[in-house]
Amino acid sequence: MASDQQLLDYVLRLADSDLILAQRLGEWVGHGPVLEEDIALTNVGLDLLGQARLWFAYAGEVEGRQVGSSGAGRSEDEFAYMREGGGFRNLLLAEQPNGNYADTTARQFYFDVWHELLLRNLAVSRDRRIAEIAAKALKEVMYHAERSADWVIRLGDGTELSHTRMQSGIDDLWMYTGEMFAADDTDLALAAEGVAADVGALLPAWRDRVAAVLDLATLTMPSAAWMQRGGKQGVHSEHLGHLLAEMQSLQRAHPGAQW
Amino acid sequence: MSHEWPLWEIFIRSQHGLAHKHVGSLHAPDAEMAVKNARDVYTRRNEGVSIWVVRSADIVASSPGKKEPMFEPASSKVYRHPTFFPMPDEVNHI
Repeated sequence: MASDQQLLDYVLRLADSDLILAQRLGEWVGHGPVLEEDIALTNVGLDLLGQARLWFAYAGEVEGRQVGSSGAGRSEDEFAYMREGGGFRNLLLAEQPNGNYADTTARQFYFDVWHELLLRNLAVSRDRRIAEIAAKALKEVMYHAERSADWVIRLGDGTELSHTRMQSGIDDLWMYTGEMFAADDTDLALAAEGVAADVGALLPAWRDRVAAVLDLATLTMPSAAWMQRGGKQGVHSEHLGHLLAEMQSLQRAHPGAQW
Repeated sequence: MSHEWPLWEIFIRSQHGLAHKHVGSLHAPDAEMAVKNARDVYTRRNEGVSIWVVRSADIVASSPGKKEPMFEPASSKVYRHPTFFPMPDEVNHI
């Protein structure tokens, strides 16, 4: 039987990957290669931020009903701004730096394809709140996945320079994709009850979709087997600390500040 | 880089039953991306249910220099407007 703590961890993983990736995309504001892309990528970031808020709100509810709790869990802001790096449960992929536009596109593409498959599963979760949030988020994420695939194809099958950069982005981030499909005790306990998705089972569909897009993009699918992991358990790359320093600085200096 | 991308004119239909209306233009590498960019630039606040994109270069326009021969003859022909008929009071929307 899965515990409330496991459910809380699981919901925070969903929230944190959305939040951290949204923050990364926010770093592109005003720096996009063209105005249209600047707006489009920011839209994706804002979609993810909105989804993170829904997950955080639910995480607060779950925390509030835990045994021994005062009845009120943490707020969205407390989750986002008042936790240390080790408390974050996001995928390592989400926190990787933006790099050039091809790197950002590769990161987004890997994430979006996984995210869509995951949400399709969660939309039929036996946890009603998870199912509702997933169904709402899925509509946005289907667009994200289409858009990032479009860019992988255009950059991969573009000029010699864009092809080289797109291939580097695809290669460099490959080792962060394994974590998306590596289930731990929390995943397994919740999946057994039909609450969480069986992430391992998403891998074949993910590989097929990624392979099809890379093929159209005239890019080579990486084959390295070794994968980084740890983000879901709170073990992060050095990049997360820098990201949090910027994201959290205002709330750390002025706790509870609002505008 | 943006100057290498063609310009596209964007038409949005705001709801079923209304015609597409020109809302502006943007740059995009091809038609498919123009539709996506238009979605992100022009429909973020629920403005539309359908998008058309047309390459700006493909639009044939009347010349501003020929404004007088094109349009001025119409302004003196008031009888082309249906304003000379007494309308019954019950008819409101004409």
